[in-house]
Amino acid sequence: MDDVGSSRNAHAPLVDISRVSKSFGSNEVLKDVSLQVEKGQVVCIIGPSGSGKSTLLNCVNHLEPIDSGSIKTAGQYIGYRREKDGLHKLSEYAAAKQRRAVGMVFQQFNLFPHMTVRENVTFSQTHVLKRSRTEATTIAGDLLARVGLGEKGDAYPSSLSGGQQQRVAIARALALDPQVMLFDEPTSALDPELVDDVLVVMKKLAASGMTMLVVTHELGFAREVADVVVFMADGKIVETGDPTSVLENPVEARTRQFISRIH
Amino acid sequence: MTAVQTPQKALPEPLAIHRRKTRLSWMFAGLLVLIAMFAAVSVFGNENFGWPVVAQYFFNIQILEGLGRTVLLTAVAMSIGIILGVVLAVMRLSDNVVLQSVSWLYTWFFRSIPQLVQLIFWFNFAALYRSIVVGIPFGPELFAWNTNDIITPWSAAILGFGLSQAAYTGEVMRAGINSVSDGQRRAAKAQGMTPMLSFFRIIFPQAMRVIIPPVGNELISMVKNTALVSTIALADLLYSAQLIYSRNFETIPLLIVATLWYLVIVSLLSIGQHYIEKHYNRG
Ligand SMILES: Nc1ncnc2c1ncn2[C@@H]1O[C@H](COP(=O)(O)OP(=O)(O)OP(=O)(O)O)[C@@H](O)[C@H]1O
Ligand SMILES: [Mg+2]
Repeated sequence: MDDVGSSRNAHAPLVDISRVSKSFGSNEVLKDVSLQVEKGQVVCIIGPSGSGKSTLLNCVNHLEPIDSGSIKTAGQYIGYRREKDGLHKLSEYAAAKQRRAVGMVFQQFNLFPHMTVRENVTFSQTHVLKRSRTEATTIAGDLLARVGLGEKGDAYPSSLSGGQQQRVAIARALALDPQVMLFDEPTSALDPELVDDVLVVMKKLAASGMTMLVVTHELGFAREVADVVVFMADGKIVETGDPTSVLENPVEARTRQFISRIH
Repeated sequence: MTAVQTPQKALPEPLAIHRRKTRLSWMFAGLLVLIAMFAAVSVFGNENFGWPVVAQYFFNIQILEGLGRTVLLTAVAMSIGIILGVVLAVMRLSDNVVLQSVSWLYTWFFRSIPQLVQLIFWFNFAALYRSIVVGIPFGPELFAWNTNDIITPWSAAILGFGLSQAAYTGEVMRAGINSVSDGQRRAAKAQGMTPMLSFFRIIFPQAMRVIIPPVGNELISMVKNTALVSTIALADLLYSAQLIYSRNFETIPLLIVATLWYLVIVSLLSIGQHYIEKHYNRG
């Protein structure tokens, strides 16, 4: 019950972060953090720089290991095997397989510069999911059209604007049919006039029912799209709730202070 | 709003832009051509260079065989140097302290020994170990060879050049792999790629941009450094020329023959490097 198959349980959250702590050396970055994301929910994480938002996101798909606690994503403890006495670390090969259930979009896009836009979107389909080249190319074409870049398949990432690159990155992540999408400040590296193109794509994705965990400074986006807003500071979750309560009437002084500063 | 509309007063004509005058550089180029012509006339007109002898020996079978050996030795030794270099770099960049130390020690050791010493050492390996045995320590022997049968001038040269080249190439590879941003590694991981797939298809192709120019350099110097094999009696290009002039005393013409062939090899390699660089710089 506790291991495989529980993703089919309608009541199990798709992402279940339970009492997670993590340090970099003596710097305790996550302090007993717990958070659940239900299937189809959009959860936005806000908070000051250095509060551990990126680290938390990186722990969800095991780009960073955790020190204690557990994270169950789409029914698996990514990077770990559950045993009676706790979690045991798996090999990087095993973790790579589990990670396919999670898509990730980075602040700096991180497209593969030596591949065309189409190759960026097809590569993991053919090499990780072992889809045929024709199938992968068809899927890539559909996804690129969905993010408004149907014409750019043959371009190299360096010839695209930041907003276009980020939309390719979203298409690349979606190509693996993830159950959850993680976004780490997807618009923070963009010129202001390019932010909206990316947010529009993300809003459509949320409307289509995708489960999303989004670190963002775009309070407007959070207000409009999020089911839950989480405010983090100093490695702890300070406040959690629906957008209106956290963004308009925060209970904690820390949250109020942060929101007034960002406005 | 109104600023965009046609102004009442017409703006002056746009100014013409003139190129920088290049008369001086043309004069300089002319001077160089003149000097080159004088040099050519003096070299080709001087019969002490022995140009007819050069022409006679350029396609001499012994020279061509030597050329073949130089090319083959360079190719095999460089291949070992590159493959082992990648292994050394990956070991050095791993999280495993033992692998890191082994790689560091290897690099330190092989960069410290003069190439010539290594060559002679491998050639005389039979004096140190009569036979080479593969087996279980303190247990049965599985295979055994007489060292004299295995260590020929060829195998000594391949070992001597390949193993030390790996130490140098490994450092170049390490710098190249380090030059790829960590975001690329994380993106590949997040896409579900295994470490192998990520290394060979995402990280390494990008590292190649940094790796190719210095490795091209190393390859070109190896072409000429292989001439050291004359000390272990392997008749490469230069040694073949030496063997011929020791009989007919046409020292300068035969050295010119060898030099011209080195020129040909290096030119071909430079052209090849240009295209490989172009390939990896796409995007
Ligand atoms: N790889 C790492 N090694 C050591 N310390 C790290 C590492 N990554 C993050 N940290 C530290 O962990 C803390 C939290 O960093 P994190 O990037 O998670 O914050 P953040 O909330 O995402 O901030 P920002 O809004 O600036 O992106 C910071 O003090 C940071 O210096
Ligand atoms: Mg961050």
